[in-house]
Amino acid sequence: MKRRDFFKSAAIVGMASFFKTNALGSVLSGKGMAVHSEPDLVAVMGSEPEIMLVRALKEFGGIKNFVKRGQKVVIKPNIGWDRKPELAANTNPALVGALVKLCKGAGASEVIVFDHTCHDWKKSYTNSGIEKAVLAAGGKIVPANDESYYQEVDLPRGVNLKKAKIHKSLLECDVWFNVPILKHHGGAKNTISMKNLMGIVWDRSFFHSHDLHQCIADISTFHKKPALNIVDAYRIMKSNGPQGKSESDVVKLKSLLVSPDFVAVDTAAMKLFSQVQPTDINDVRYIGLAERLRVGTQNLDKLNIKRIKL
Amino acid sequence: MKFLKNIRIVLSILFFLPILLFFIDFTGKLPLQLHQLLSIQWIPALLSMNLVVLGILLLLSLLFGRIYCSTICPLGILQDILTWKSRFFHKKKKKVRYEYTAPKNILRYSILVLTVIVFLLGSSFLVLFLDPYSTFGRIASQLFRPLAIWGNNFIAYGLSAMGNYTFYKVEQVSFVPLAFGIALLFFLLITKMSWFKGRSYCNTICPVGTSLGLLSKISFFHISMNESTCTRCGACERKCKSQCIDSKATTVDDSRCVSCFNCLSSCKNGSIKYVARYKGKQVHPAEQKGNNSRRTFLLVSGAAIASAALAKTNKIIGKNDSILTRKPIMPPGANSIEHFNNHCTGCQLCVTKCPMQVLKPAALQYGILGITQPHLSFSTHVFCTYDCNICSNVCPTGALKPLVMEEKKLVQLGIAKFRKDMCVVFTDEKDCGACSEHCPTQAVHMIDYKNGLTIPEVTADLCIGCGACESICPVRPYQAIYVEGSSIQNKARKPSEAKKFNKKVEDFGF
Repeated sequence: MKRRDFFKSAAIVGMASFFKTNALGSVLSGKGMAVHSEPDLVAVMGSEPEIMLVRALKEFGGIKNFVKRGQKVVIKPNIGWDRKPELAANTNPALVGALVKLCKGAGASEVIVFDHTCHDWKKSYTNSGIEKAVLAAGGKIVPANDESYYQEVDLPRGVNLKKAKIHKSLLECDVWFNVPILKHHGGAKNTISMKNLMGIVWDRSFFHSHDLHQCIADISTFHKKPALNIVDAYRIMKSNGPQGKSESDVVKLKSLLVSPDFVAVDTAAMKLFSQVQPTDINDVRYIGLAERLRVGTQNLDKLNIKRIKL
Repeated sequence: MKFLKNIRIVLSILFFLPILLFFIDFTGKLPLQLHQLLSIQWIPALLSMNLVVLGILLLLSLLFGRIYCSTICPLGILQDILTWKSRFFHKKKKKVRYEYTAPKNILRYSILVLTVIVFLLGSSFLVLFLDPYSTFGRIASQLFRPLAIWGNNFIAYGLSAMGNYTFYKVEQVSFVPLAFGIALLFFLLITKMSWFKGRSYCNTICPVGTSLGLLSKISFFHISMNESTCTRCGACERKCKSQCIDSKATTVDDSRCVSCFNCLSSCKNGSIKYVARYKGKQVHPAEQKGNNSRRTFLLVSGAAIASAALAKTNKIIGKNDSILTRKPIMPPGANSIEHFNNHCTGCQLCVTKCPMQVLKPAALQYGILGITQPHLSFSTHVFCTYDCNICSNVCPTGALKPLVMEEKKLVQLGIAKFRKDMCVVFTDEKDCGACSEHCPTQAVHMIDYKNGLTIPEVTADLCIGCGACESICPVRPYQAIYVEGSSIQNKARKPSEAKKFNKKVEDFGF
């Protein structure tokens, strides 16, 4: 780093931390400078997942702004359930496939996809359609079904969750994307970007026995932030989540929300969700708890949001 | 006539290898249709009353003798392999040479009679232990499969350290001491017997072998020695792993001959042949028979009384299972505990095919009579998958009736019992909902509790007892929600669907 660059960054870091935390994160994680015109959150509606993804990324300066040649990339979708794509229990496979392809196109040496599933991992990988989409796009899908794939990290900012075992491929990669799906959730009320982080962790039962919401907020303080949270709202699950019972639980919103800010993107997603199933965001307690831990902001008015209809 | 032996070897490999691999396969890559190979085994066909298979097997035995024992039965072939392997361990000069032994009639017929009587009295207890196919299944699943998994995990560990995930770590077979012990015991027994005495297990202990021996006494083709050309050199006798050729007397005990055809190639001048029995001309020397009919009668009647008594006492013990805190949970398709216990031979096929490994061999959950029969045993992330009906469709004995997916989703394996005073929502006043999150039918759902908290509630007639709730409940060691097994698997109510959302959303809402 040149001396001049250092001062420049330092100045921006100082400014950024003064105003809002997410820009600080984006500078520290080396995802380019927080250029003034770059949006904090992009919402796209009205097209197919692949198209909406490309459109949203364009607002952030394109995939090349995040993935450099030769880098190792990890994509973490929700593949928790042995369910077909139409039931919206897992992230849309077309979206995951498209992201893998973009990363490979940007020169990524390797694109790894995994999730610590709730159902049998092989069946979930297969029946979600994600395995096929990833392989077709030139990515790699790796198992996460055994403790030996995980390594313990400290979460100094965590309240209840002070340590967690996190999948090694995520710890070793250069950049990662969090690609959840927007769903109703019996336990956590809703699952979006922060709840999706439970799939990078080995011991989930700790979450359930030590105040689920606080633990979700705690894991969101993990120092290695995703470059972007790409929330799949092409199909959402409005009820009986997180598994769903039938397609009656599914609503096609044809939307996509993208932001580096966990709290902001979950807040926005809740507002989108509430149009289908009115939900008090305060009941999704982890969002407020995460904001208190300075993970991000719920105040969407202060953010630079791009709303795009296709 | 050497080709007969070669055909026998080829056929036996064609049967044995797929069966062995099917039991060992922990990747789920082998096609499930392979289970057809197992429904053509004698006992499974008999238990499931598969008349077509029974007819074919009967016909084959009446035509060719005990070729079931030498080509289809996996335990028989396993013994042949052990016998064959033993050659490499015996000292050169002390190569195993068989010699004729008298049949152990008292032993083998009493075992057969006992097994039949106990079965007719409504217990498959002895069938479970003595069916050669099921014994093989237990050996393969309890001994060979863990070894294969260890091997795989060793390789996977090495490769994943280098960033290669071609192999992945597989959950080891859960250790059930009783099932392992039984498998090991029988493995040692057949190893010992086959090592030195060829097929003596099949001719003294195996009730299938003994009953097929009765058929092969009258089979159309059989091994026969030509008294006039035979030099009594004893070459065939030394080759006979059933030890049923008496070269001095030039007789072959058809009831013990497994039609392996090893003797045919040993004879220098072709005096031993596989020929039709009923040609008329060369009448077989009269068999020794009838000289101890009184003894046999006494034996049989004694055995009958003894076995009846045994079956009765076992039944009493079986019902007195108060040591178990909950009723065992049977696999889907078992229907009722009586049907299941009387038809399952504990072959472990469903256990090895269960993708979640929730099926495990029972220790005493079903009582003494049901040792090694499968039951569901939940642990973290291990429960019965909603969209899976594999076990019911691979069962070769009909203990589990085949279920189509829609039926299976409504079969009540048990009912979840919620214990509110143990739930973290009650004790810690914190949200959890893991049970409801995992419930596929939402029989377990969250209702308002207090201060915005929600607490689980069970709708019993929706519950299918899959155990997802129990498996994930964070309260340990005794979960706040658990499944009580059903003795009769009823049909659950079909879960109602959510109300469809039909309005159009055109705004982001923010």
